[in-house]
Order: sequence, then C-alpha cells, then structure tokens
Amino acid sequence: MYKLLLCLRYLRTRYIALASIISVMLGVATMIVVNSVMSGFQSEMYKRLHGILSDVVVEAQSMEGIQDPKILEAEIHEVLGDDIAGMTSTVQVPSMMSFQYRGEWITRQLNVIGIDDETYAQVSDFSRFLLHASNRERLTFDLPEDGYDDRLRGGAGWIYRRIRAAQEKFYREQMERIESHKAALSEQSPTTVQLANHADELPFSTEPEHDPFAGVATEDDDQHAFDPATETHTGIVLGIATCSIRTRDQHGEPIDVFLCRPGDDVKVTLPTAGTPPKAVHKNFTVVDLYESKMSEYDSSLAFVPISALQNLRGMINPQTGVATVSSIQIKLRDGADLNAARDKLRERFPADLFPYRIQTWKELQGPLLAAVQMETTILNILLFLIIAVAGFGILATFFMIVVEKTRDIGILKSLGATRPGVMSIFLGYGFSLGCVGSGVGMVLGLLFVANINRIAAWLESITGREVFDPTIYYFQEIPTIVTAGTVSWIVGGAMLIAVLASVLPAVRAARMHPVEALRYE
Amino acid sequence: MSNGSHLSDTVTFPQSDAVVAPDFGKRRGSTSQTQPLPVSLAARELRKSYRKGHMSIPVLQGVDIEVRQQEFLTIVGKSGSGKSTLMHVLGTLDTPDSGCVLFGDQRIDNLSPGPRDRLRNTKLGIVFQFYHLLPELTTLENVVLPSMIRQSVWKYWRNRRQIRDRAQRLLDRVELGHRLRHRPSELSGGEMQRVAIARALMNEPEILLADEPTGNLDRHTGQQIMGLLQSLNDEHGLTIVMVTHDSALAEMTDRIVQLVEGRVKD
Repeated sequence: MYKLLLCLRYLRTRYIALASIISVMLGVATMIVVNSVMSGFQSEMYKRLHGILSDVVVEAQSMEGIQDPKILEAEIHEVLGDDIAGMTSTVQVPSMMSFQYRGEWITRQLNVIGIDDETYAQVSDFSRFLLHASNRERLTFDLPEDGYDDRLRGGAGWIYRRIRAAQEKFYREQMERIESHKAALSEQSPTTVQLANHADELPFSTEPEHDPFAGVATEDDDQHAFDPATETHTGIVLGIATCSIRTRDQHGEPIDVFLCRPGDDVKVTLPTAGTPPKAVHKNFTVVDLYESKMSEYDSSLAFVPISALQNLRGMINPQTGVATVSSIQIKLRDGADLNAARDKLRERFPADLFPYRIQTWKELQGPLLAAVQMETTILNILLFLIIAVAGFGILATFFMIVVEKTRDIGILKSLGATRPGVMSIFLGYGFSLGCVGSGVGMVLGLLFVANINRIAAWLESITGREVFDPTIYYFQEIPTIVTAGTVSWIVGGAMLIAVLASVLPAVRAARMHPVEALRYE
Repeated sequence: MSNGSHLSDTVTFPQSDAVVAPDFGKRRGSTSQTQPLPVSLAARELRKSYRKGHMSIPVLQGVDIEVRQQEFLTIVGKSGSGKSTLMHVLGTLDTPDSGCVLFGDQRIDNLSPGPRDRLRNTKLGIVFQFYHLLPELTTLENVVLPSMIRQSVWKYWRNRRQIRDRAQRLLDRVELGHRLRHRPSELSGGEMQRVAIARALMNEPEILLADEPTGNLDRHTGQQIMGLLQSLNDEHGLTIVMVTHDSALAEMTDRIVQLVEGRVKD
C-alpha cells in the first residue's frame, strides 16, 4: 500500500519527474505523428500507383506482342479460376506526341497504352482519375460537349473546339485576304509595305493561343478535307502533366496552365510492330485528361482505343484477322493472394519456354515501393533512438530521485519495508511516469494528426514558408492514417522503456544499507 | 532457525481504546525485585568494527547487555563510544561482526531479509534523533505508514478505517490530534519527534528503541519528550531502550548502562 501512496506522492511533488514525463510525451507524440503521416503518404502512394496498374500483368517480351491473346486468356482463366475479377488486353508502345501551342510545336515523350474501353475499367481504377464526370462512370473516346472539372470549365470539349475552329478559319481567311490584297497591291502601287503592316492590327492579329490545326489537316490520313468544327480524330486521353504545367498565380495559389486541352488535336508518332520498326504518325483528338497525382504516370502515359493502335502498328494478321496485344492485365478478386497468383502463372508459363514476363503491380513499381518502405523503416529506427534517448533521460532523472530520496529509503527500511517493496516503489514510479507520459503523448499526437493540415496552414502563416507544397506532391493536403496497432505499439514501447530505465535506480535503492541511507545528508 | 510462530504474519487490531498493546501497567519497584521479568532483548559479546581505508576501527568490542520486559533502559556514552552502532545492531539495521542479538529466546542478528524486515516492522519501534519523517506525507500518513508496510493493499483497504482510527488515537496520545493534515515541514522539532514516536508505536511493538530522541531539541522540549516516553513506560509497560549522552535525562530512567570505548562499563 505504501508503495502506491509513495509512488503517487512522488509523482505529484517531484517536479524533476515532469522532465521525464515531457520527454516521454514528446517522443510518443512525435512517433505517432510521423508514423501516421508516413503511412498516410504510403497508402496514398499505393493507391495512386495501383490506380492505373492492374494486379498482375502478363507482358510480352518482344515488340511483336502476344500473338494469340484469346488462347492465352483462356489459359489464364484455367490457371487462376475464381480468383480473377477482371481481365483485359492492352498494347503499350513508347511514342512521341507533338502539339502546337502559341504557334510553337511542343514535343513530349509518351507511353501510349491502347485499352479496351469495355473491359479496362474492370481491371484498374484508372477511370476514377479522369477529369470528365461521365467518363469517370463509363469511359468513351468521344469528345463531350463540356462538363470537365473546374480548371477546364468552358475551356474544353466540343464548345471549345468549335470556337477554336471558327477562330482558325477566320484567321486563315484573313490571311488569305491579306495575301491576295498584297498580291494585287504589289502589282498596282509601291505602298505594299504600309498595307502589309495592317496584318498586325486585324481582330485576330495576335496569333491564336492554340493553333493545333495548322499543318494538321493536310497530313490527315483521311482523304477528304477534314473539318475540325464538325469532326474529331480518334480520341486520346492524356496524363495531365503531359500537357499542362503546374505553377502559381500572383496570389501564390497553385494553378494548372494547359498547353493543350480536351478538344485540341495532337500528333502521335510511334513505331510499327514489324522488324525493323518504322515510325508512323497519326492525329488524335484529346477527349479527356486524367490526374492520378502520381507524377510519373501523369507525365508519361496516354490512353487510346486498342483497335486504333493495333491498326496503326500493323498488329492485325491480314490472313486470320487476329490482333496481337502486348500485355494482358488481370485483376484479382478482393482478398486473393497476389504473389500466389503470380507464382501459379509463372509455373504455367515458365520464362524459358514462353516469352512472357509475369509481374505483380508491386514488382512493376518495386524500386519506388522499396524506397518508401526503407524510408519508413529508417525513420522509425531514428525515432526509436529518440525515445531511447528519452529513456536515458529517465534513467538519469531516476538516479537523481533515488539519491534525493536516499534518506526516505533508509526510513522505510527502518520501518520494515522489504527490498522488493522499495524496488517496486521506483519501478512503479517509472511505470506511472511512462503511463502518464505516453498517455498525454498519445492524446497530443492524435490531436496533432487530426489537425495536421490546420497546423501546417498556421505554420505557413507564421513563417511565410509553405510547409506542404501541393505543386510537388499533387496532394491537396497532408494525408494521415492512424492505426490502433501502431499507436499501441508506440505507447507500449515507451512504457517499457520507462520501466526498463527505472530498473537500475530501483535496484540501487533496494540494495541501500539502511544505516548508511539514514546517515545520508 | 525458528521464527515461524514468533514472527507470524497474523495481523491483529486492538479493539480496546488502549494505545499500546500490553496494557498491564507497571508496578514499579514492587514485583520487579522479587520476581524479575523475563529478558526481552539481549546482546551477547557484540563486536563490530568499521573499515576506513586499510585501518579497521573497532566500535563495539564485546558488548553484553540485557533488557527486561517493561524496563526503561538508558545507554549513555560519549560520542564515538559506539552507542548508535549498538542501537542499530539491536534494531537489526546493522549486523555485528561477531556475537549475537536475542529477541526473547530467538537469535535475530542473522535473520534473512524477509523475517528481519517483518520483525523490524511488527516487533520493534525505532525513534531517531532527526525524527526521519517522510516529507511528502502528512502527519497522519506518516503514522499509518508502518501499518501500510505490514499489509497488502487489499487488507489495508479493508481495514483502513480501523487503521486510521488507531493512528488518530496515537496522535491524540502524543497531543497532536489537531495536526493530522500537516506536513512535517510545518511542524516544530518537538512535534515531529512526537509524530515519530506515534509512528513507532503504530504496529504495537514490544520494544521501543530511541536513538538520542532529544538530541536535536531544546531542553524544555526534550523534557516533554522524556515525559512522554516515561508515561508510555509507566502506564502501558512499554519496554524502552534509549541512547543519550545527557546524563541528566538518563537519571530519570530505570537503569543506566554506560558505554566506554565499545565496552559496557560496570
């Protein structure tokens, strides 16, 4: 009983104990905050990474692709059976995209993926990231009238395309008129120069912001004259970062500047499937953009209908009419073992017999995921060292308290307190310090996590520096995930350290000789 | 070594209003001479020396002493004569190099830690020169402390009212019933020593060992403490062994043993 009483009394009256409590508290709070933010980032990243990838990918090694996708799909069905939630074929090809912006040709490197708009949505969450609401429900490669998200409202879709086409037409007519005037004038009088200067004062004298059709119409593969005001090319869905730049407006708010919008046409150059590959090019009309917020994807991937790509690259066998594909994407049902499915497929299609590479999405993104994992591990080790430092703080504090309480220990012994009794006072003291410290730390940490974005905003307003830059991360706010397991692990660990730190001082207190302890001044 | 029945862990609570257990009073001078009471505490051939570097300083050099029940014995001696060490050895706080200490007919100087702590807690009451109260606890808590040490949390909780009542009676007995909630730092020296005496009596000890109980007090307060000890001895027959260097105080007690250079002077 006296142990309990003294434990509590020491806790209340020793201000030095407060230092230990604070160090435990800060350690626990920091661990909780950092772990929550790290796992928030990680899960957000997983979501983004996985968003576009299916669970398991069977990929052809060669540029030729998989010759008989139907047979392979049937075989995969047999191997995996009920574990399959969806399957689709894709054609992936590295390519180059060019488009005009303010009269300049801009070229981007792209990874064009030909997808089957019927089945692709079954295997990946890709459509969730599209900017047009109806495409999010059901992807089509047709250009919608309007209805993109706020950044593109009124500036994309058919409405925009018609305005552009009209401007373009008007501009061309004006140019033609000027040319003909010039020709007429140069014959008649020497004032050509003066009139020619009028070109700069025409209503559309500033060159149009976008001039996607200049030079496009003539190269179009359709033989008839292409009218951009009523027709579109095959649709293409671009990653948002392939055709926009994220920057800040004058108020410092992040904004996207679009170099090319849904409704504009782009020119894609890609290699054919034959040997040696030849470059072919085709015009596409941007029908939508997607924003997975994974910059790697957003800046390099583009999606087109698979048939367009197969046609263009000559992947359709003229005799049989069978189209080859470059990979088969498989989505497993929830709870299915990813690695087991992969191993089954690898067993069925051994690498030395079949030219297929079979990988899970985690393997496809292996280095990145491993880097994140390693970051988390190292951070945890470092933070645990911080708590260990706090532990040594407690050790030192406890030794001080034991020295300070030497006489009390002597008194207790003279009153008949046993060694274990005296020891348990200090062990209990350590435990209650740990409890209070980690309890308060837990509450603080959880409060911090719950309000982390408000705190970030507040820090920004005080320091004037942006703590969390959305132009870098593509997240609007700091993602956090709090798991009960992590929190209890941290709290338990901190308590254990507090108790361990009190063992030595407690043993020392228990071993004290009563007479010497009583004499201690 | 037998300590079973003698130091059994059974806890009893006085139901009477008596402050100190063996309440048969003392018939001074009448029966004690004709029929001597049994020996309560005895030391035989105690030797103890302290080491200081390579030197060994002998403190006790063969002390023989006997304390009879209900006796108020004083040990006097100059400082350095070994009286405090003798007190610690008698109170099992220290162990002798040779010789033995007997409590009744049981040897107590070589007890293992468990029984020794229990003996110290239940059979002996010790009062020190510097009071040695716990500064964090109130007067009442300080007095209750030995009882807390004796019992488990559960037992204490069940009996807490009785224990508090007893502590309060003891504090009333030492005339401090009105200062239950005060901290030691708010008490005077005499008051602290009275609290210490009440604490020593909490578990109904058979012997009270007092090490210079008045050494830190002025003459008047010292007299008060002596009066208290005497009345405890007179009225309740409490066996008391007191160490002092003040021969005037020693004169007030039953018997004086003089300690000179680690030996009892006859």
